[in-house]
Amino acid sequence: MLKQTEGSHAVAEAVGLCRPEVICAYPISPQTHIVEGLGEMVKAGEIANCEFINVESEFAAMSVAIGSSATGARTYTATASQGLLFMAEAVYNASGLGLPIVMTVANRAIGAPINIWNDHTDALSQRDSGWIQLFAETNQEALDLHIQAFKLAEEVSLPVMVCMDGFILTHAYERVDVPTQEQVDAFLPPYEPRQVLDPTEPVSIGAMVGPEAFSEVRYLAHAKQMQALELIPQMAEQFKQIFGRDSGGLTHSYLVDDAETIVVAMGSVLGTIKDTVDDMRSAGEKIGVLGITSYRPFPIESVRTALQNAQRVVVLEKSLAVGIGGVLSTDVRMAMSGLQLHGHTVVAGLGGRAITRKSLRALFGKAIRGELGHLTFLDLDWNVVNKQLERERTKRRSGPAAESMLRDVGVVAARIG
Amino acid sequence: MSFQPVHFYQTGTFTVGNRLLAQEERSVQANMERTNSLNSGHRACQGCGEALGARYAIDAAMNAARGRLIAANATGCLEVFSTPYPETSWQIPWIHSLFGNTAAVATGIAAAIKVKRQKGQMGDVRVVAQGGDGGTTDIGFGCLSGMFERNDDVLYICYDNGGYMNTGVQRSSATPPAARTATTMPVGPEPGNAFGQGKFVPAIAMAHEIPYVATATVADLRDLEYKVTKAMGMRGARYIHILVPCPLGWGAASQDTIKLARLAKETGIFPVFEAERGEVTGVLKIRRPQPVEEYLRLQKRYAHLFGKKPAVETIARLQAAADKNIRKYGLLDQEAN
Repeated sequence: MLKQTEGSHAVAEAVGLCRPEVICAYPISPQTHIVEGLGEMVKAGEIANCEFINVESEFAAMSVAIGSSATGARTYTATASQGLLFMAEAVYNASGLGLPIVMTVANRAIGAPINIWNDHTDALSQRDSGWIQLFAETNQEALDLHIQAFKLAEEVSLPVMVCMDGFILTHAYERVDVPTQEQVDAFLPPYEPRQVLDPTEPVSIGAMVGPEAFSEVRYLAHAKQMQALELIPQMAEQFKQIFGRDSGGLTHSYLVDDAETIVVAMGSVLGTIKDTVDDMRSAGEKIGVLGITSYRPFPIESVRTALQNAQRVVVLEKSLAVGIGGVLSTDVRMAMSGLQLHGHTVVAGLGGRAITRKSLRALFGKAIRGELGHLTFLDLDWNVVNKQLERERTKRRSGPAAESMLRDVGVVAARIG
Repeated sequence: MSFQPVHFYQTGTFTVGNRLLAQEERSVQANMERTNSLNSGHRACQGCGEALGARYAIDAAMNAARGRLIAANATGCLEVFSTPYPETSWQIPWIHSLFGNTAAVATGIAAAIKVKRQKGQMGDVRVVAQGGDGGTTDIGFGCLSGMFERNDDVLYICYDNGGYMNTGVQRSSATPPAARTATTMPVGPEPGNAFGQGKFVPAIAMAHEIPYVATATVADLRDLEYKVTKAMGMRGARYIHILVPCPLGWGAASQDTIKLARLAKETGIFPVFEAERGEVTGVLKIRRPQPVEEYLRLQKRYAHLFGKKPAVETIARLQAAADKNIRKYGLLDQEAN
């Protein structure tokens, strides 16, 4: 059914249609509306046979999820930013134990400085946690990916993180097609756990594993993600058959076949990039876009195939690996191994900084003219940076950096949007 | 019942011969049908109080749950010594997740059971969570308090040996004052663990007004079985805190585990009581009052108090703490004095 609704609510409805059995949640912006919606649905009896638990921290949220998933219940939670870091130990534990929990990450920056707005540093900090990580481009895709996530998680017995841009998607009202219960039931069978805490067949889960088998157990986690690499396109195909929509898959490519320049990105910014590419195409530039939907497992082959005929690649990412530059670009460069093309990393949109078509057009123009360096910070205010660097050069007790820089910037609101 | 009370004490101890008891009053451990939930062959140290406590507690819980029990276990000695895979001592479904999240994992198990029961996919299965004092009073405290506050249907058992014994005897918030640990060495002007620190989690559990809180020691295993059975007869959050001497960490002889647990109770160092909804409902009275010195002398972690120049003042402070417990919990029968 077509609906004009908030991204968070669309996700809540999708999760509800997946017949979850245990939902645990701790509030953190911008994930709150999702679990508020689910809490209401459970309390009102709209989601039958489901326990909604308000826990005392994100660490507890993931821990409750571990317990319920290990007892054979379909389990969901959501978090963002600091919350994801606070639960990190349990995040690794859930995947290490092979528990098919589904979690939304409403992508948000990591502090300090504290910032509630969108970027991808939270989810990317957990890239090696063993979770499958899927990035939604639109609210429709966010909704669809949650339905696929449960099926995928339970098939490979690994947890899945569905990442959607905080505020940009979670709080945006858009038209989405909400599927029927019959459609979701036809796609998603009841959860049949591979391992379960059951008094009729007692098992020990979570024993210590020493050097004699640790590598093998860890390799199995990798092998399962490689299986997911095969399964993700198959599931997108099955999804299309039932729901009539293209959603999910490993990557989304747009005008890449003849493109000399390909921009690689994840999440909602792909929309702005495509609009910019359309503008540049009409101006005669051979430019295309490759959107990464499955960040973990990383689709090296698909990326390589998409990029192999290009002359240059611009990886535009909402994340920063301090001390080297890009996070996503490191993986894209792995896929480029052996290909002769120019690679550029662009760090953009940190902490909610708007990524505008104007800036993108100028950026891609520079790339095409061969004027773009290896690492670029889009729309960085060098005056503010240099002023602070100067302050630190000249004064030992230069004070807290963020606060000084904010003072230099002046009106904060002027920088957003 | 057809026995004389005098029989209970005829050997000069609390030992009760099962043959003197009615069938329903006999120990779970004395039953040939006991589950051996924590089976033999594990790798606990000789004289391990925790292994003994866990064996009695979990078998009693299994008995009360008619064999339908799931256990969540914190990282620690109990987890490590019971599951050096491919061997496991657990004869019940058992999960170890992390050091600090056991209460929350148990909450998740209980939630899953509730839903599965609603759906008719599972019968009544009960949940216990267990951890050492570090996993309970320190790193797992947030999750524990959350589980209490929500009154989740979990029995949490803390095996308190007063320190991080698994990592090499470091101080926890359950380490008693003056005790030597690897991080509170007997050096400097105030050797051993500081006075005026630490917390007594049973009292904090009571502040949550949960259905049941109890303390116990491995010196009185019948009392422990009684408390576990009673707790299993209730729903909601329940907490049992068991004092379990650690020969390694306490620097005590393996054969003194029971003796030390009994002295902890008889000196008043460790009050043994039970409480419902935040109110104390019963205490195990001190039978033969002992000075704390008797308890301290058996442990090398207090050896610095008994050197050439005994630390009389420190011993007096420890005695005062025990006396306070005796007054606070009414541990002495007036008639017995």
